[in-house]
Amino acid sequence: MSDGLAEIWRTGLRNRGFVIGGIITVSFVLLAAIALIWTPYPVEEIVVTRRFQGISSAHWLGTDQFGRDLVSLLMAGAVNSVAVAIVAVGLGVGIGVPLGAIAAARQGWLDEILMRANDFAFAFPALLSAVMITALAGPGAINSIIAIGIFNIPVFARLTRGAALVVWKREFIMAARVAGKGPLRISIEHILPNISSVLIVQVTIQFALAILAEAGLSYLGLGTQPPQPSWGKMLNEAQTLMFLAPQLAIFPGVAIALTVLGLNLFGDGLRDVLDPRLRRER
Amino acid sequence: MNSPNPQPLLQVENLVREYRLPRKSLFGPPVSFRAVNGVSFNVDPGKSFGIVGESGCGKSTLARTVMGLEQPASGRVLLEGQDVFALPARALRSLRRKFQMVFQDPYGSLDPRFKVERIVAEPLEVLLPDLSRAERRERVGATLDSVGLKPADADRYPHEFSGGQRQRVAIARALITEPSLIVADEPVSALDVSVQAQVLNLIMDLQTRQGLTFLFISHDLSVVRHITDEVAVMYAGEIVETGPTHQVFSDPQHSYTRSLIGAVPIPDPRRSRRLKRTAGSAGES
Repeated sequence: MSDGLAEIWRTGLRNRGFVIGGIITVSFVLLAAIALIWTPYPVEEIVVTRRFQGISSAHWLGTDQFGRDLVSLLMAGAVNSVAVAIVAVGLGVGIGVPLGAIAAARQGWLDEILMRANDFAFAFPALLSAVMITALAGPGAINSIIAIGIFNIPVFARLTRGAALVVWKREFIMAARVAGKGPLRISIEHILPNISSVLIVQVTIQFALAILAEAGLSYLGLGTQPPQPSWGKMLNEAQTLMFLAPQLAIFPGVAIALTVLGLNLFGDGLRDVLDPRLRRER
Repeated sequence: MNSPNPQPLLQVENLVREYRLPRKSLFGPPVSFRAVNGVSFNVDPGKSFGIVGESGCGKSTLARTVMGLEQPASGRVLLEGQDVFALPARALRSLRRKFQMVFQDPYGSLDPRFKVERIVAEPLEVLLPDLSRAERRERVGATLDSVGLKPADADRYPHEFSGGQRQRVAIARALITEPSLIVADEPVSALDVSVQAQVLNLIMDLQTRQGLTFLFISHDLSVVRHITDEVAVMYAGEIVETGPTHQVFSDPQHSYTRSLIGAVPIPDPRRSRRLKRTAGSAGES
């Protein structure tokens, strides 16, 4: 499928959203990767004498109320965001996709039960249920990951079921049954590869939502706990200092907005690029 | 059916396939539709048996039920004397080696993400898992060769082929387990007329060369006439007439068969006028 990939790459380069979103997404992930091994200053280094510094060559974005370097904090916050999003979306994919695939393969009462349970989970606004779960289970990074992961499950279950049902009606599935394959094998070998592009697009969009949700939870004090840096928590701490040092709120805010925007653009672009029908319209 | 063979390869007895329709009201009785209504026929080994009828008459449902892909409400399908629906799943799987299917749409019946080699070898993977990789590859090459494709085509994807070539791939896939029965559900109706003839010739050639038995389903009378030894005419889920193909076509007994044959466009104007006259007189009598 090498020429297929080349074709996708070529149409991708012509799609502005895909390119801009891709650049933002890649640099965000790269930043997080660098932060794993190096940040300009140690993140937990508190130096009261250099607090509230403005932009300078030593501290590119200044320092916060404890004298911590803002660039280092943002970079470490990116690691936190990526880690939470990966695990949470992974949880959603890992549980939601098999559930949706089973529902599509088995149909009947099992499908009904799974999908009604799904509707139940869907009925609560995602962020609200995350707040509810962390409020019940207690604040913390792990709990916020679980909470975000849980609201990702029905998203992927429903998407997988819908897309899989379409593929199940295709003739090559019947051909696979004639070849003696059972529903499990057909789901793994035929259904999932044929719906992978839909899933990939949804992953990027849920990734953005997960980052937003993590920031929201941390902002409310339900997510990542100090001293671990997180963008949401930075916003929370900057809140009371808005007039004294507005840059402390602006930079994490911009980081969140930019990342979410980038991921959404990337996901939207990816959908257009992978869908041949939309490809022709543009 | 008077046949010299003691046992037909395929016996279909009183097959009924029902579909449940949505209830008219919440507490109304369940409504069902009989797509196949008490169909019986036998196919002798080495013969080609055709089923003709208009679209929606239940031909494809019949084909899928014979293949054990759909559960009948009642009736039996016996392949070499074994009841397909009475067998446990494992035994049915090993029986599948003996009967394979060619589908109507060569664009829909091949997984677009598989290379031809994997598509053709798919039945082997499941039905003959003991074969080594090399043996499998060799068998794919030989089978592709027997349907007029190059062994090198194994490394290509379905979208790189034309419709006729794809249908050859589908036939190769059906042949690879060396089955005794092939059910072909409208195998040429999605193809161009010029390509149709090639694929039909391939099917006839395979039949004589390998002694295959075909259950050939089509709405196209000229195709059925060309390719089958015996034919059954299906109408609204039932077989209305059955017999040797030449006999059914030259002397149709049932009025539906007559109107079906009368509806075939014939390029020769003299023949068409003669047919119209016979159809007219048949209507009067």
